[in-house]
Amino acid sequence: MIEFDNVNVVFGKQPQRALPMIEQGLTRSEIQEKTKLVVGVNRANLTVEEGEICVLMGLSGSGKSSLVRCVNGLNKVTSGSVRIKDGDEYIDFATASEPVQRDLRTRKISMVFQNFALFPWLTVEENVAFGLEMQGLSKAERLKKTRRQLELVGLSQWANRRPDELSGGMRQRVGLARALATESDILLMDEPFSALDPLIREQLQNELLEMQRELNKTIVFVSHDLDEALKLGSKIAIMKDGEIVQQGRPEQIVLDPATDYVRNFVASVNPLSVLRVRSVMQSLDAVASDDQGRKLISKAHDIWLENPGTANASVIYQRDDSFHPQIWSSDRDITTLGKLPTIVSNDTTLREAVEIRYVTGHCVLVEDKNHIVGFVADRQIYHSLLGKHLGEESG
Amino acid sequence: MCLSRIGFAAADGSRSFQPRLKLHLYFSLALQETVLFMDWITEHKLPFGEAMEDFVDLLVDHGGAVFDAISETLDTLIHGLTEGLLWIHPVALILAFTAAAWLWHRRWGMPVFTIVAFGLIWNLGYWEDTMATLSLVLYATVICIAVGVPLGIFTAHRNWMYRFLQPVLDLMQTIPPFVYLIPTLTLFGLGVVPGVISTVIFAIAAPIRLTYLGISEVPKELLEAGRSFGCTHRQLLFKVELPAAMSSIAAGITQCIMLSLSMVVIAALVGADGLGVPVVRALNTVDIAKGFEAGLAIVLLAIWLDRFFKQRDKTAG
Repeated sequence: MIEFDNVNVVFGKQPQRALPMIEQGLTRSEIQEKTKLVVGVNRANLTVEEGEICVLMGLSGSGKSSLVRCVNGLNKVTSGSVRIKDGDEYIDFATASEPVQRDLRTRKISMVFQNFALFPWLTVEENVAFGLEMQGLSKAERLKKTRRQLELVGLSQWANRRPDELSGGMRQRVGLARALATESDILLMDEPFSALDPLIREQLQNELLEMQRELNKTIVFVSHDLDEALKLGSKIAIMKDGEIVQQGRPEQIVLDPATDYVRNFVASVNPLSVLRVRSVMQSLDAVASDDQGRKLISKAHDIWLENPGTANASVIYQRDDSFHPQIWSSDRDITTLGKLPTIVSNDTTLREAVEIRYVTGHCVLVEDKNHIVGFVADRQIYHSLLGKHLGEESG
Repeated sequence: MCLSRIGFAAADGSRSFQPRLKLHLYFSLALQETVLFMDWITEHKLPFGEAMEDFVDLLVDHGGAVFDAISETLDTLIHGLTEGLLWIHPVALILAFTAAAWLWHRRWGMPVFTIVAFGLIWNLGYWEDTMATLSLVLYATVICIAVGVPLGIFTAHRNWMYRFLQPVLDLMQTIPPFVYLIPTLTLFGLGVVPGVISTVIFAIAAPIRLTYLGISEVPKELLEAGRSFGCTHRQLLFKVELPAAMSSIAAGITQCIMLSLSMVVIAALVGADGLGVPVVRALNTVDIAKGFEAGLAIVLLAIWLDRFFKQRDKTAG
């Protein structure tokens, strides 16, 4: 949906001067010393898929805001291209003509800002309608869409108030409604929840995830908060001094930090809610099997798994007993599970797996497309909690 | 005196005094040259004043027709407005002002003040002068807004421009009005027009400065929000920048009105009608009563204009 290809953003007069130095691999401070130019983004390559929440993460000054602003041209790209999918073709925003850029901005991309950026002289309703006005819609159509959008964020009765009468959380809901009202496919969010207090932030994060399930937008989300990034992101790109130092799924970042910088970042993260069973499980490919094709789950407790190829026909043998595993899905209350081995889908969180192990007293089998592909027992749980990851699953 | 002292020193004959004698000689020569140089400076006056006079003469010679046309048009317009205001009966006009004050502000204080202030002016016998002043101030303000606000916007968009404009604005605000009253007089002739022009020169800095300030202080995030939703340059100006800068621009306009009113007396000196005329006359005849009354009328008009054009309370909007 969005492809950043070798994007450089340099601020200052004649920014082209910095490009050869970037190619030579000079650091940001060296370039600044020599040319007084500030490198905002340094050779960024990133692809954001359709329907994905891609979180750009980094400390202040790491270039994450500069990069997100390239998507709608608020920052000029010095070199490289930012390709945006429009229909079946890709448009390079940086080289597009001004009318094309404006067309993309009104129709295709909308933005939510850190300090809300609501127009204080307009009412809530008029603020939400701003993007629609730019689309050239009639007043009646604007009103209709605005009403629906305000209902969605639960602010219908505030429609005729001014932004300064609203609390911070409500203001950002207005900001979100304004961005959603244009029905653009791409949503850029520049630290939208950073100015809010923690409880409201959490609430808005959940609302965003809920909305995303229905709307399936392509979201580029900027954050300096790793917990927020891990919670929201289906992909995370960690930035430092204008460079993307690592990108990948949240669990990849936590399990396999690419540099010390990232390692320091993820050191304090609670793995329970981030990790999925597919990344911490013991893969069945790597365990021993007997002559009947049964897989060894635990040597010490003499546990074997039969028929892993079809999940609902599988059987667990433990010494002289045999169990038909139960199947758990995320809408079922874990405490209602029986004392049986349990089959879960591969995107179950580690937290849920630990709880199931605790409640059932049996191991957790991981299923993917009706095949059992691995299991999570105590050993895997301890390893993942202690950060002693088993290398081969992290890819 | 110096020479006699040197002579005395020389007559002393003692060798040890020689250096001192030399010093005296040099000193006196230097002094003499300085005196001569100072005389030369004052004798060779630089022709700044003459240059300016030549410039104005040049304007009169070659642009006379243009200035006459401007003068006549402005004169007709201003007198037209004054006569229009005087054609309406004072009572009707006071009621109209009162109604406007109520409709604009939706508070009882302003309409009451309107009745009291204009009633008093009418009662004191300064109605005609007040209307003449009102139309002069209105025209000066309209010209200031028409030129000043666009210039302020233009300057805010091109920052280098402010470095050129700032000293000019400083000059226009600090130079005594009497100084540019003289050339405007020769260019536009006696009457209300040089008064208006001088008023504009004096008052226009306020709307320019405050428009510049308002536009250049629009929060970056609001501009980004406007651009991110696809505003054109024009839309950005009219839908984001101007509304965001509106309170600052409005302050510039009320300040402009106040500055225009403070020029009323000076405008009277070059023949403009209005409340300045009785003040000047009172000054010439040491007429305390008349001076006080005319001054009171100016103050009442100033307060009324200021309150009327102040931005409405946000809660009332």
